[in-house]
Amino acid sequence: MSKEVTGTTWNVYDANKLTQAEIYGQVLCELGESNPEIVGLTADLAKSTKIGLFQEKFPDRFVNVGIAEQNMFGIAAGMAKTGLLPFVSTMAAFASMRAAEQVRTDICYQNLNVKIIATHGGVSFASAGTTHHATEDVAIMRSFANMTVIVPADGIETAKAVRAAVNHQGPVYIRIGRGFEPLYYKNEDYDFKIGKAIEIRDGSDITIIAMGIAVLQAAEAADFLAKNDGLSVRVINLHTVKPIDKEAILKAVTETRRILTVEEHNVTGGLGTSVADVIAESGKGCAFSKVGLQDEFAEIGYPEDLYAHYKLDASGIIEKVREIMGKDFEEDENWEDEV
Amino acid sequence: MLTKTEHNDLLQTARTIRHLMIETTIKAGGAHLGGGLSMIDILVALYFKHMNVDPSDPDNPNRDRFVLSKGHAAIGYIPTLAERGFFDKKLLNSFNKFKSPFGMHPDSLKITGCDASTGSLGHGLPIALGMALGARIQKKNFRTFCIVGDGELHEGSNWEAAMTAAHYKVNNLTVFVDRNMHMIDGKVEDVMKLEPLADKWKAFGWVVLEINGHDFHEIDAAIELARNTKDKPTVIISKTIKGKGVNFMEDKTQWHYGAIDSEMAEKAHASIDEIYYE
Repeated sequence: MSKEVTGTTWNVYDANKLTQAEIYGQVLCELGESNPEIVGLTADLAKSTKIGLFQEKFPDRFVNVGIAEQNMFGIAAGMAKTGLLPFVSTMAAFASMRAAEQVRTDICYQNLNVKIIATHGGVSFASAGTTHHATEDVAIMRSFANMTVIVPADGIETAKAVRAAVNHQGPVYIRIGRGFEPLYYKNEDYDFKIGKAIEIRDGSDITIIAMGIAVLQAAEAADFLAKNDGLSVRVINLHTVKPIDKEAILKAVTETRRILTVEEHNVTGGLGTSVADVIAESGKGCAFSKVGLQDEFAEIGYPEDLYAHYKLDASGIIEKVREIMGKDFEEDENWEDEV
Repeated sequence: MLTKTEHNDLLQTARTIRHLMIETTIKAGGAHLGGGLSMIDILVALYFKHMNVDPSDPDNPNRDRFVLSKGHAAIGYIPTLAERGFFDKKLLNSFNKFKSPFGMHPDSLKITGCDASTGSLGHGLPIALGMALGARIQKKNFRTFCIVGDGELHEGSNWEAAMTAAHYKVNNLTVFVDRNMHMIDGKVEDVMKLEPLADKWKAFGWVVLEINGHDFHEIDAAIELARNTKDKPTVIISKTIKGKGVNFMEDKTQWHYGAIDSEMAEKAHASIDEIYYE
């Protein structure tokens, strides 16, 4: 059953009928009306990335470069230099790896106002295999100075991120899935601020810090664990991996003393690593574990099979939470008897 | 067509900048003099005759744009911007030193008048194309110029951009190929053959002009022709001499990058003063 999305000021799309990418496409069209400097670019993926909706509406403000991502990001840099606001959309694998140097040198080094919508992030293009997966992109992008890295929880949050990106000066990388992922948010009626994590469940035993599709799964896991294990599980939607919300992380460390990160990404260099950095620099001890791809390339399969295999679904997260809770981690000042 | 006075002025400016390049290289400790000297006459024609730029209003949104895709030739580009009046020549003394705005490759956020940070080869042409498309989309009349090195054309991203520029009929973009025939490892044609270069650009759908890149009359005529082309971008393949103007550097691969001492500098200055342009 479809239901209307009631945003604060508008009511454009029906989120239950549209994919994550389609919502983004529609929101960009809406923003294009009031922001004549917005232009769209893609590399033969106008249809797959849904930026084609913008193309239909603003044909003179759209460039399809063919299958040439390096060229595309260079062009976007040049356009931004003339005062335009380019939204560039291609698959995450190609944005972050094929064109990595153009993104870093042409866009980030010159701190240009280019917004990248990277679709098919993580293993969302599941059966397409490793060539079309991107389980490194967050690590790569967050290592570029000036870059902001956002991994929205769902299509609704993608809309929020796109709006926020328009008002943010400088390069932004927004990493979304293939477009068919289930929604966590019901509507846009919540506060979204770049760099400000959202605590979606309060809790005192353990904190799950998640990004992207894992947010919904973590929320479901938290509900299950409350009901069945009597656990109080905090869940943080860390939609902005960079700049990271240190305050939210350290508050969770102090108040729950156990942290589980969940990311559709290699556990090397992504969300888990970013959180670990914050914890290590704080000097505060806590139990810590990372769910994600364990420095491996993914199997082929349907998305749900892969999410289950890499413990990115609610069942996998429940299993990991129980594992951490079973460990002898004491909330005292004695460091000698910890595992 | 250049008047005699215009021609003499451009010759004199190019001489002045070549001297400035030698002085700057001594202060910098070393520089890419070979490729800087080969493109300097083109740069002088652009900045002192053709480009609509105003050093007192360097960020004017309607100014013409320039992208030095062969960013290592900053040793020619940065003194040219200084000579054009974008900043005080005395600043060149800091070249390569701690916190200087000037290093081996140009940084557009630190150098007044510099439109793009470059240095990684194969990046400049897509950026310049983006600027040219930016003008079109915003219905502005400014033109974009770009100098690419010849060795640099081995990078595939140039040909991606070449295809795109022709496809979108970007006629407000003019590209110079600084065809000095040398790259770090030797002669371009020995390392990786580019010829038939003009045919390649023609096949990609560009207007192709071939000139002597040290003859101001030819450079001037080519830019005028490019200005009036319809529906196509223009590439001006400019035959140049690596190290042009300093006799002991001319056509020598080893002067791709080098340091000079005061004795060599004296010889270089003397040689520059003897340049005879045909």
